[in-house]
Amino acid sequence: MPEQTPGQTVGPFFGYALPFDGGPEVRAPWQPDAVRLHGVVLDGAGSPVPDAMIEVWGADGDGRPSTERGSLARDPNGFTGFGRSATSADGHYAFSTVKPGVGRSGVGRSGVGRSGSAPYVVLAVFARGLLHHLLTRAYFGDEPDANATDPLLRRLDPDRRGTLVATVDGPRSYRLDLRLQGPGETVFLDYGTAQ
Amino acid sequence: MTDLTQETISAEIADRHQREQGSGAVHPRRDFPPYRSTVLRHPTHELVRADPEEIELVSPAFGHTDVAAHESDLTIQHAGEPLGERIIVTGRVLDGDGRPVGGQLIEVWQANAGGRYAHKRDQHPAPLDPNFTGVGRCITGEDGSYRLTTIKPGPYPWRNHRNAWRPAHIHFSFFGTAFTQRLVTQMYFPGDPLFGLDPIYQSITDPAARARLVATYDHEVSEPEWALGYRWDVVLTGPGATWTEPEDPDHA
Ligand SMILES: [Fe+2]
Repeated sequence: MPEQTPGQTVGPFFGYALPFDGGPEVRAPWQPDAVRLHGVVLDGAGSPVPDAMIEVWGADGDGRPSTERGSLARDPNGFTGFGRSATSADGHYAFSTVKPGVGRSGVGRSGVGRSGSAPYVVLAVFARGLLHHLLTRAYFGDEPDANATDPLLRRLDPDRRGTLVATVDGPRSYRLDLRLQGPGETVFLDYGTAQ
Repeated sequence: MTDLTQETISAEIADRHQREQGSGAVHPRRDFPPYRSTVLRHPTHELVRADPEEIELVSPAFGHTDVAAHESDLTIQHAGEPLGERIIVTGRVLDGDGRPVGGQLIEVWQANAGGRYAHKRDQHPAPLDPNFTGVGRCITGEDGSYRLTTIKPGPYPWRNHRNAWRPAHIHFSFFGTAFTQRLVTQMYFPGDPLFGLDPIYQSITDPAARARLVATYDHEVSEPEWALGYRWDVVLTGPGATWTEPEDPDHA
């Protein structure tokens, strides 16, 4: 069995290489099903992290992962599910995307999903000073019934559950701040990949 | 400029390696204070084990509409040839079962031969090279192979401690067959005298894991009268889809 290649920090100089035009616009903002997902990235002192990069990966409105190519060279009428947003000087990231459907009763088509799961998008967090990226999920605050039965959310300490639930902060707009450390630290996930 | 010495940093690294001997941990420790910027940027809670669902077991798709073939050659992006040692970096991207990761996106960025990034926030007083930006991309072949042409980057100073220097490296970003295999890392060059001093490289506490970030000089890859060749294979494991949810709701 070949052995896993270790990660390393994205460092301070990714900004001229990884962000790309239209990167945050997973779904063109003028599309009727587009929603905004945004927030700030904060460090353990509560200061904004201006040199982080967030990636989003989510299923389409029917709950299906996209197999469309073209995340880097986007079709304005398409949806690839993948986006990338570098944080601004005040630590802010923002995406335009869609709220995923939950598919057939929330059961993933590969059979590995379980019934009862609520809609969410996956987030990957990269930053200078973060030696290996972090993965988490953004659930949606206007889905209280689905969130109450979600297998992951149910399992979390109730005090920390809210760190994965984006709050509605305007029409078709959701806010999720990501706290790398300290009070209100975001729940980050381990999918059983090598440590 | 900080008064923190290399001696202090090296002692912290040695102490940490000693304590973690035999841990077999592959990835860097996120809580690794010799790299001072980690102090406020690592989670203090254990990561919560999650069962990957369908979206996490697949990956974004990229193709030749996203990346042009010439983007894999970082030496042809400007009117003239960049300065420095022309190199070819090639290898294969595999998953944990040894299967090729084909048709996937690789992104790279690096300093020029003098150790300077074409990034507005790089303050290193080494010259910019008008013929070198240092950004490239490619799509892996069906056999997981990739091949880049570039310039060997120079080592560069940073402000972690007094007289801190990064070993020469190329930053790489990979997508696997599942989003949980996502990897951003750095490739190093064999025999770099700065390895032992660098808290970023040494944040991987297992020596065998660290060595997997070092490319191999391969004379078969070198091209006569043109470029030196390096080989670097990459393995993206995960996502542990067979793991099942624990029953205890308070486990996390
Ligand atoms: Fe670098």
